[in-house]
Amino acid sequence: MQCGDFKTSYAADMTIFDTRSTRIWVFLLVCLIFSAPLYSSNYLLDVANRIGIAVIGAIGLNILTGFTGLISLGNAAFMAIGAFSCGFIGIRFGLPFYLCIPMAGLITAGLGMVIGIPSLRIKGLYLAMATLAAHFIVEFVVVKWESVTGGVAGLTMKTPAIGSFALDSDRKLFYLIYLVAVASIFFARNLFRTKPGKAFIAIRDQAISAEVMGVNLLKYKLLSFGISSFFVGVAGALAAYQAKIISPETFPITVAIDYLGMIIIGGLGSVLGSIFGAIFITLLPEVLRLATTSLSSSFPALVTVFSSLKDLVFGILVIVFLIYEPNGMAARWYAIKNYWKLYPFSH
Amino acid sequence: MDFTFLLQLLINGLVVGSIYSLVATGFVIIYKATSALNLAQGELLMVGAYVCLDLLTKHNVPFFQAILITLVFSALLGLAIERVILRPLIGSHLISVIMVTLGLGSILKALVQIAYGTNTIPFPEVFPSAPVQIGPIPVSQGYLYALACVTFLVAALTLFFKYAKAGVAMRATASNQQVALSMGISVKMMFALAWSIAAVVSAVGGILLGTIRGGIDMSLAFMGLKVLPVVILGGLDSILGAIVGGVIIGVLENLSGGYLDPAVGGGAKEIAPYVALILILMFKPYGLFGKRKIERV
Repeated sequence: MQCGDFKTSYAADMTIFDTRSTRIWVFLLVCLIFSAPLYSSNYLLDVANRIGIAVIGAIGLNILTGFTGLISLGNAAFMAIGAFSCGFIGIRFGLPFYLCIPMAGLITAGLGMVIGIPSLRIKGLYLAMATLAAHFIVEFVVVKWESVTGGVAGLTMKTPAIGSFALDSDRKLFYLIYLVAVASIFFARNLFRTKPGKAFIAIRDQAISAEVMGVNLLKYKLLSFGISSFFVGVAGALAAYQAKIISPETFPITVAIDYLGMIIIGGLGSVLGSIFGAIFITLLPEVLRLATTSLSSSFPALVTVFSSLKDLVFGILVIVFLIYEPNGMAARWYAIKNYWKLYPFSH
Repeated sequence: MDFTFLLQLLINGLVVGSIYSLVATGFVIIYKATSALNLAQGELLMVGAYVCLDLLTKHNVPFFQAILITLVFSALLGLAIERVILRPLIGSHLISVIMVTLGLGSILKALVQIAYGTNTIPFPEVFPSAPVQIGPIPVSQGYLYALACVTFLVAALTLFFKYAKAGVAMRATASNQQVALSMGISVKMMFALAWSIAAVVSAVGGILLGTIRGGIDMSLAFMGLKVLPVVILGGLDSILGAIVGGVIIGVLENLSGGYLDPAVGGGAKEIAPYVALILILMFKPYGLFGKRKIERV
């Protein structure tokens, strides 16, 4: 029986899955996820797909905001850039989705780095405002640039297909989305074991010390914007494939706020936290919908206020988490895990 | 484009801008006193407008009493928000404070939506509607009253900060919390006061906007985001800056609405303040009157 958490080498301390049983559990979890389409209903798969997309987007935002400390309110704008560039490339050049999605990610990364340039002069709340302004400007451009984005009417996405095999349902898209999601999770976990990832954290904790230690702030801040926007752009592209029709209203500012809520509730600066937060915030309206419809027989007024109810619960949850558990669900998870690991002799 | 058209745009800009100034003043007061970025300012404004409307239409309260009750309600709301939500977060990270105000905004918006629905509700006519002729152009009387209200309120706030004991104490808190504490000023009280003042001025802004537009809906909440370019232009910690910035942004918005909208097919009015925001952040991030203490890292 394990009676303490003893690491004897740096490599052991840095491993992602530290025990044999963790590896087995993760393997089983991945098997469970990828077998889900075989027995789940269409509704569940639709929700699952949205969770997968949210996981990718939340990891992207967490890299920028949670790990590098650059607050961004422009997440919805980056998703829109990813979605519309993916749609445009697919329709205009007739490229298959497996080229469109990475290209959309790269375009978003490029634009994200441009939007990130002010972060070199300004930080904190000024950056938050700059990204908020960028959101409205992107929204404006999406409405106006009709030849590319279809303007107010929007774009109808081409059905993604491998050869003649069309990914035309949530059941088939599921594999695409979850392959990308699992890859993103592994990439992000490994990113913070490398030099750039550690440079991000150093910038967040003490920018000036980081610079003194030889971290090139210009390079790494832009890199953080780039990597983060790549993820978010890919999430936007996948969301576009799932929604099939995208318009300027698909990515309003509330989406950006939802994503910030995800990483706050899940845990800032934690990949696991991004996953928890994405699941939580995506499930929240579904659970509320279930609750309101089941209660609607006794309280018919509930159905009409459903969307406001979602905002209300979201706001309350964000505030409660910020006040009582500012490190998010991930911190709680680790605390519970450590408690049981050494139970009942936790010293 | 003749001269009258320009003048009309300028006057519209001045009036709307003066309301921006008022709301921005509330924003700046909170930022100065507590260094919190209040992204729920627009929602506070909306709540004020709806409460006043409710009193006027459903309870048939006369206008002045209705305003008075609204202001008292807003002051209490501000106090409650500070006590319950902001005080536990004193000293926490910036993103927490930003996010908590976003959460607060979400709650307030949801409550208003549950109570009043999403449709535009007509605002009863408070000021006489007959336009007054100023030079060559007719100006709605409501505009003039609104302008007068804002001027009065801003003057009152300025005097408060200059001469009243609480106002001086607030300035002391803003300039150095530790020294203020050692002089016997209750910093917590000042924080509460700041929120309460901000809620009150926002409510006045909301009522004025309601009377000018003739109706209120959920879009009032976006006014809180309009205030950001204003405070950035004026300098985040300067009340004078908020006033000047508000007028400039209001005029800029109306001018670009008048001259650019026909060229681009609408939308320039909404986007111009944000383009200005980015440009200001790039070239003069401390704004016109802000303290030059931005860290460049």
